Amino acid sequence: MQANIALQREPFDAAAEVAALTRGRTDIGAVVTFTGICRGEENGAPITALTLEHYPEMAQAEIARQVEAAQGRWALLGVRIIHRFGRITPGEEIVLVVTASSHRHDAFAAAEFLMDYLKTRAPFWKEVEQEGRRSWVAAKESDESAAARWVARAAE
Amino acid sequence: MKLLYFAWLRERIGKNAEEIELPSGVATVADLVAFLASRGEEYAHAFQNPGAVRAAIDRAHVKADAPIAGAHEIAFFPPMTGG
Repeated sequence: MQANIALQREPFDAAAEVAALTRGRTDIGAVVTFTGICRGEENGAPITALTLEHYPEMAQAEIARQVEAAQGRWALLGVRIIHRFGRITPGEEIVLVVTASSHRHDAFAAAEFLMDYLKTRAPFWKEVEQEGRRSWVAAKESDESAAARWVARAAE
Repeated sequence: MKLLYFAWLRERIGKNAEEIELPSGVATVADLVAFLASRGEEYAHAFQNPGAVRAAIDRAHVKADAPIAGAHEIAFFPPMTGG
């Protein structure tokens, strides 16, 4: 299975990505699509924009490792990941994860796994513009524990 | 050896990359952090809380006790907030 990973400044079209992944295929019985969108508020205050900084070479390599791990755990027939960088305003999409499989369980679980790992392991950093000030978004403990539970599940 | 800095580490240090010669005795990521922190106020500020800094060797995550011999590129950054 060829994983298709893109890091880009431009917006994406989730429906077009799903269509491209499934076109001409009759083995796929389930597609799960996750789109992460820039909220208009952070910690109760309105935001003007997010700017995402990234480490391009490592992001590509690290996401590819995460996809490989997902392929080792679930029967996947296709994966498409797009992560944007640069300045993103509220309502715009930030990240896309599409997983395809024969049956729904694999696609659901792999999509959630990939998002949990993207949050905590992919080298991206968000800076938020709020009321004319810029500040770095702090990592959330809840994101760490969301990623950690996959390790616990693998050990079961 | 090439060093890369991201997010607030880059801002505090005032550069996104540099080449350094490793002094003898710097064997692990933690050693390198301690060495860098001694290079001036901006580095001391960036590395004042080593627990808040993550590292990667040649584009893969590593822990503080990882050996750095043979590394080409070491990156330092805060915990990630993508997705």
